[in-house]
Amino acid sequence: MAWTRNVMRVNLTKGTITNEPLNMDWAMDYLGQRGLASKYLVEEIDPKCDALGSDNKLIMTTGPLTGTCASTGGRYSVVTKSPLTGAIACSNSGGFIGNEIKNAGWDMIIFEGISPSPVYLYVENDKAELLPADDLWGESAWETDELIHKKHQDPLIRIACVGRSAEAGCLYAGIINDLHRAAGRSGVGTVMASKNLKAVAVRGTKGVGNVKDPAAFLKATEQGKKVLAENAVTGQGLPTYGTQVLMNVINEIGAMPTRNMREVQFEGASKISGEAMHEPRPTDGRPNLTTNAACFGCTIACGRISTIDQGHFSIQNKPEYWGASGGAEYEAAWALGSDCGVDDLDAITYANFLCNEDGFDPISFGSTVAAAMELFEIGAITTKETGGMELKFGNPKALAWAAEVTAKGEGFGKDLGLGSKRLCEKYGHPDLSMTVKGQEFPAYDPRGIQGMGLTYATSNRGACHLRSYTVASEVLGIPEKTDPLVTDGKPELVKAFQDATAAVDSTGLCVFTTFAWTLEDIAPQVNAACEGDWTPEKMTEVGERIWNMEREFNLAAGLTAKDDTLPKRLLKEAAKTGPATGKVNGLDEMLPKYYQIRGWTPDGVPTAETRQRLGL
Amino acid sequence: MQELSDRGMRITFKLYASLADFLPAGSEKHTIKIDIPDTSTPNELIDRYKVPRDMAHLVLLNGIYLKLEDRDRNIIKDGDTLAIWPPVAGG
Repeated sequence: MAWTRNVMRVNLTKGTITNEPLNMDWAMDYLGQRGLASKYLVEEIDPKCDALGSDNKLIMTTGPLTGTCASTGGRYSVVTKSPLTGAIACSNSGGFIGNEIKNAGWDMIIFEGISPSPVYLYVENDKAELLPADDLWGESAWETDELIHKKHQDPLIRIACVGRSAEAGCLYAGIINDLHRAAGRSGVGTVMASKNLKAVAVRGTKGVGNVKDPAAFLKATEQGKKVLAENAVTGQGLPTYGTQVLMNVINEIGAMPTRNMREVQFEGASKISGEAMHEPRPTDGRPNLTTNAACFGCTIACGRISTIDQGHFSIQNKPEYWGASGGAEYEAAWALGSDCGVDDLDAITYANFLCNEDGFDPISFGSTVAAAMELFEIGAITTKETGGMELKFGNPKALAWAAEVTAKGEGFGKDLGLGSKRLCEKYGHPDLSMTVKGQEFPAYDPRGIQGMGLTYATSNRGACHLRSYTVASEVLGIPEKTDPLVTDGKPELVKAFQDATAAVDSTGLCVFTTFAWTLEDIAPQVNAACEGDWTPEKMTEVGERIWNMEREFNLAAGLTAKDDTLPKRLLKEAAKTGPATGKVNGLDEMLPKYYQIRGWTPDGVPTAETRQRLGL
Repeated sequence: MQELSDRGMRITFKLYASLADFLPAGSEKHTIKIDIPDTSTPNELIDRYKVPRDMAHLVLLNGIYLKLEDRDRNIIKDGDTLAIWPPVAGG
């Protein structure tokens, strides 16, 4: 077993902390992390509950391989009901906090209720206590991190916390850990703040020595690392260029969402790409990229650490931003860049710094700003609302300003914190919101990558690329190349990616390993660590079970097949340039087949036979 | 700009990520306009610029992926864009 078999339950209303054994029957069916914590959530909350009310719960969870010597085995997730979508949320993060929770002896921490005043949870192995956080409330995530470290005089404490955006009610606030990493999507930080829980600070020294077969585990993990090192993507491409290497690729194939997805190619892509991050700036002769970085136990090291030119307008006379900090990954660079029409890499980096500093999702934020820019250009939003700021596409100062007001929830920042869907509804143009189930799109236009349209429409947490990254196959040829411009075969492809990803997300490993690994590489590692017979086939079945469980939660929460759709723009307005010219997304051709192969009714409901087969 | 004696077509040639090292002088933002014979195939250009074939993973002609068997065909037209990447991924 690589589970600690210990669950900590924190009742914030009562101020109590109790221990309970992990439900091992569920662990055999849902493995850990995303799957197992979602099972707990589904069993414990009413799907129709108010996401920001006392009946919602928030679970911080590790996987069975978190904290082990498996490559990338440092992941943790936050599972809750999302205030942005009303659907189930699971946000995954790297960094070091997951390892620390596991080393302190916990598989998961379940938070319930609402604290009467701001608190933070301090965990030191078996000891846990809720401490006052009145002095931390109103501070950014970065300041909170520093203050807690000072208070405990322990630099080795790992901290996950919310920033001011979450406190202000921004609906896409995330939970920042280790300063630069985030459980970023779906507003899990908003839920945490609604519970008056400012931070979770953990020190764990127990080690994770409880693997089932240590010799087999060492052999399996060593073999896995060899595969990652020898693969050109995970061994060379990702450490050197990060995810940002995709900027020019996706632009070239005509799937780069640009200016609130009005266009599919961005003329400034090369200026904000992974390659551009390496190039010396003409202004100060230094590149944007300072170094790459790795999360706990990772042998890939795709993270970006960047430095902004001190003369750049965004940080003039702001020495607190002159140092190196978490740089833009592809998703952030796209949302803050091409979707807003901004080709100023340092302005994008500054906005990304603020997303980290105050804990809000750069994808949802950038997409919301893009929607606001389009509303501004058609006159639905004016300088009256923005306090004089010209919120036009391509204006880097507008982007920087938008990040500043959203970080603190000030003025128009309150509106931006609503997210694209509610913002566009408020200003009378709901069709301009590029969202599914209320969550903003990531960086792949589904007119140019057809399978991603089905991915977005059926994602259990709203528009998301990490639920089924068919880009790997449709664009990058991993594991094999398929045509991005056709719909044939995509329902099968999406289902396969969804099930496999749900399984990987339940292990404690990073999904980026799957650019080199398949379940054939992962299952032996899980099997050597955990009791049970963990074959690739069983992991696929577990992934399918998780997917259907999440679906049933969403149906019970009130979502229906009508929510499995895309904005009109992507279904009616054809791409104007690039290989996808003349194409819209063919969702209607894919969705019925998808329901069929999922074993769902034509209304998107799992049939009794499917439920029985999966043990739901 | 690279002038070839038997100029037949002018195309845009792009090499990205680690392949940028193989770009000829005069390229900008990973891109250069080159003049090539009418009969040029993608693989001939890959070889001409000494790009290792096993690193020419993602070969896009006007944004559309070229299968391995298409890279020896005479399918390039005047004004086309040929862009090449090593194995890459993101998310």
